[in-house]
Amino acid sequence: MSTITSTERLQRLLALVPYVVSRKVVGLAETADAFGVSERELVDDLNLLWCVELHAPDPYCPIDLSYEGGEIVVSQAESMGRPLRLAVDEASALLVALRMLAELPGREDRSAMSRLIAKLEAAAGEAATVSAQVAVRVDPLGDGAEDLAAQINAAISGGRRLHLRYYVPDRDEATERDVDPMRLHMVEGRPYLEGWCLRAEAMRLFRLDRVLALTVLDQPAAPPPEATPVDVDQGLFRPSPDDERVELELSAEGRWVAEYYPCESVSDLPDGRLRVVLRTPDTRLVRRLALRLGEDGRVISPAGLVAEIRDAATAALSNYVVLPTAVHCGRQCSACGDAAV
Amino acid sequence: MSKRKTERLLGLVVCLLSTRRYLTADQIRQAVPGYPEQDELFKRMFERDKEDLRELGIPLETGFNHPFDDDLGYRVRQQAYELPELRLEADEAAVLGLAARVWQRAALEGAAAGALLKLRAAGVEAGEERPAPQGIEPRLVTPEPTFGPLWEAVRDGRPVTFSYLAAGRSEPQRRELEPWGVVNRYGRWYVAGWDRGRDDKRVFRLGRIAGAVKFCGPPGSVTVPAGTDVRELVRARDSSPAPEHTALLRVRSARGVGLRQRAVSVRPDETGPPGWDLVTTRFADVGWFADLVAEFGPDAVVLDPPDLRDAVIARLKGVLA
Repeated sequence: MSTITSTERLQRLLALVPYVVSRKVVGLAETADAFGVSERELVDDLNLLWCVELHAPDPYCPIDLSYEGGEIVVSQAESMGRPLRLAVDEASALLVALRMLAELPGREDRSAMSRLIAKLEAAAGEAATVSAQVAVRVDPLGDGAEDLAAQINAAISGGRRLHLRYYVPDRDEATERDVDPMRLHMVEGRPYLEGWCLRAEAMRLFRLDRVLALTVLDQPAAPPPEATPVDVDQGLFRPSPDDERVELELSAEGRWVAEYYPCESVSDLPDGRLRVVLRTPDTRLVRRLALRLGEDGRVISPAGLVAEIRDAATAALSNYVVLPTAVHCGRQCSACGDAAV
Repeated sequence: MSKRKTERLLGLVVCLLSTRRYLTADQIRQAVPGYPEQDELFKRMFERDKEDLRELGIPLETGFNHPFDDDLGYRVRQQAYELPELRLEADEAAVLGLAARVWQRAALEGAAAGALLKLRAAGVEAGEERPAPQGIEPRLVTPEPTFGPLWEAVRDGRPVTFSYLAAGRSEPQRRELEPWGVVNRYGRWYVAGWDRGRDDKRVFRLGRIAGAVKFCGPPGSVTVPAGTDVRELVRARDSSPAPEHTALLRVRSARGVGLRQRAVSVRPDETGPPGWDLVTTRFADVGWFADLVAEFGPDAVVLDPPDLRDAVIARLKGVLA
């Protein structure tokens, strides 16, 4: 038997009686399934309920039931025929989730959600009020996302292949690819299309706000058997041992990097500085990061990447020197700094 | 788990539910099997049992049957105990299952499962079978260990203290907060409330709280001001203002896709060397936009405005410093 506390088991027992009462007759196997217990555990529960005895002052048994032939019937439930009302945690868990779902783009069951929210609020009564203090913000993505989501839904239910023009910021590339769509998914507060990418021959997640164009193809989707959902519960970045190891030093202003990218190690340096080690499948991502961080982030290793970043910064600065502009200059010049021309 | 304790608690619930009159501790001890003979032991056990029932959300009432009674009595009113009648349409039952799955492997998973169990016990057929994919199936995750205590603090109206490492600071600071709510945005959890030290509304990111969250006041001592919208508080913290500035950039042909995506206009640059486009785009904040332009390195050059141009140059020089 799993290790649960007495109160957890009591909770189950209090739900078990009304579960049977509301269905009149119900099978042992089906009930065990609904409560996530084995049939043996369920029979133990039923025996325990049947054995309840009160002395008030004469002994009597408030609950009468039978489970002959694998069918449970409760013939007397006394005052336990209805389940206990929802606790604050329970009402909040469902209401917070439903209010979030109701805001997502591309869902056709919003009317069912708002009706269910109203019914649960009414049933939970006071327990529902705290749920207003927990919220998940789903940021509006504009009309584009709503249309995209609808098109993707249609392609998923119709079993059709998609063609995407998709922006990959790490490489600053607009890529063209065919994708067999599997589901729309929400990761870290943003909607993604999850599907089998024929170009990568692997499962991929595509952020909807990076889809530049989408066409539903006439071809049927045909994902291979190995196309199974990506586990994103641990975050989107899943470092692999083949990834390049990059060492970075961050100023206090650049500490956010350690929160946004999963780091292999983070160690404190004086003045609020950090030294982090992260792994990346594509060092172009780190190059971009270093360019935006400026003096707030310095790549320490690998040496090749350090040189590449310096070259990129030098080339970028030279653009400002050679370009003819109105402010360029005989006095103080922003591009040439102190060494004014 | 002790079977005897479960039996005793179950007996206690049935006993309290089936009485209309208040029952004294002594009467309960007579009616419910399993309590010890010795007075002191009984008293302690009965106290713990009452606490257990209250934690399950069983509305245990205390009172007197007559004004002259000496001993306090207990009962549970059927009406306060019972989940009210609830009938769901098939489509409502389908989304109920979906809502419960949102918390899978996250902090309120147990609470969601408990709610579902009670609703099933009320006769609702909340299908375990997944409905056909129709839209996004989101999951919430709560990797921050402080989510649990902060949710409890919000739920019970209790002030808390914790160490907080604000962005750009090297040392965490002690904060005392009257929490009004917790909000998730882009997958991160925030707590909003009244910062007693700063004497102002503040929003904190759970991921930046160092160490444990401690309660520093009794339940019910925090009042959320009427009309407070915790979602708005969190949004106001980091929402970007309207993009009211215009930038003119030179962007290498076929590069800078991320800049072109947000452009107002793109045209080939005929004044300079070939292979460049002139891109006009709107932006809200110089620092934010300079970060983005700098990412493109030698593929993007700011022509105007000068403050944006200087900000990008400063970043590039910072790389070489």
